[in-house]
Amino acid sequence: MHELSIAHGLVEAASEAAREAGAVKVNEVRVRVGLLSGVAAPALQFCYGIAAAGTPLEGSKLLIRELPVVIYCPRCEREVELPSVQLFRCPVCGTPSAAIRQGREMEIESLEIEVP
Amino acid sequence: MSKRVLEIRKSVLGKNDLLAAELRTRFQAAGVTVFNLVSGPGAGKTALLERTLRTLMREGRRAAALTGDLETDNDARRLEASGATVRQIMTHGCCHLDAEMISTHIEGWDLAAFDVLFIENVGNLVCPASYDLGEDSRVALLSVTEGEDKPLKYPGIFHSADAAVLTKMDLAAACEFDLEAAAGNLRAVHPAIRIIETSAKTGMGMREWMDFLLEPRERLP
Repeated sequence: MHELSIAHGLVEAASEAAREAGAVKVNEVRVRVGLLSGVAAPALQFCYGIAAAGTPLEGSKLLIRELPVVIYCPRCEREVELPSVQLFRCPVCGTPSAAIRQGREMEIESLEIEVP
Repeated sequence: MSKRVLEIRKSVLGKNDLLAAELRTRFQAAGVTVFNLVSGPGAGKTALLERTLRTLMREGRRAAALTGDLETDNDARRLEASGATVRQIMTHGCCHLDAEMISTHIEGWDLAAFDVLFIENVGNLVCPASYDLGEDSRVALLSVTEGEDKPLKYPGIFHSADAAVLTKMDLAAACEFDLEAAAGNLRAVHPAIRIIETSAKTGMGMREWMDFLLEPRERLP
């Protein structure tokens, strides 16, 4: 359970960006989290409120978008989405591949802020 | 007052990743190869490391280890007996190591004096997967007593590893360990993973493990 430290990192990075933009208030923080990032969305959501307390982000809403894992299939020669993180095989042709194109992200996408 | 949407595209662990990249540059400049050992609690990281350090020191390799635990310095004391340079990282409840802890704990070390540095992570199959420590290679341990389906239960960490070391192979028969199933599960979550079967007790597989540790690695340009 490391979502609290992740939430602290998130709040810190978002606060910095908000401050640089001259925000007086942050309404919303949008993040995207890959299914292989090691972060559980509900736990992150839970910890966010705790981490945001007493910061410029207090009271803001956290919107988490989960990203499926996408691998490159060398046989189909294209990117394919995995239906399960337990099987790194192309769902179309069955070729094993560890070439991850998406799924490890843990990124802040955007903030909705209020400026004077 | 007006509303604005600020696009930022910033990694949440950006600070850790940045520090890890700095560490990687330092390690590589010093010519030390760094391994991050991850596993669940009790998989045998310390036992494998004890034997590994002993063998490396005997063969004239200069080895060092950082060992992470929530509390106690028991592991560091066990490992020091090998003659290698060892430091304990006590995380006081934190479930993983991060780049900052590594940076703090290598302070005062002359990295160029080591050929190999091991980082024994906190026993945990979830959180350590997210934290880059600047290592060259991540190795996940799976003991035969844990069951063959661990890789399916914790795909993230096994996927992030370059190699999987099967430990306690001397107990395989007693545990009715199904090697083929375990290897199949490891390959399901990571088709290119290297699998090394070991027993720190009998010495089984130690040569192959040593060869893996000492093989030339791709480094930053």
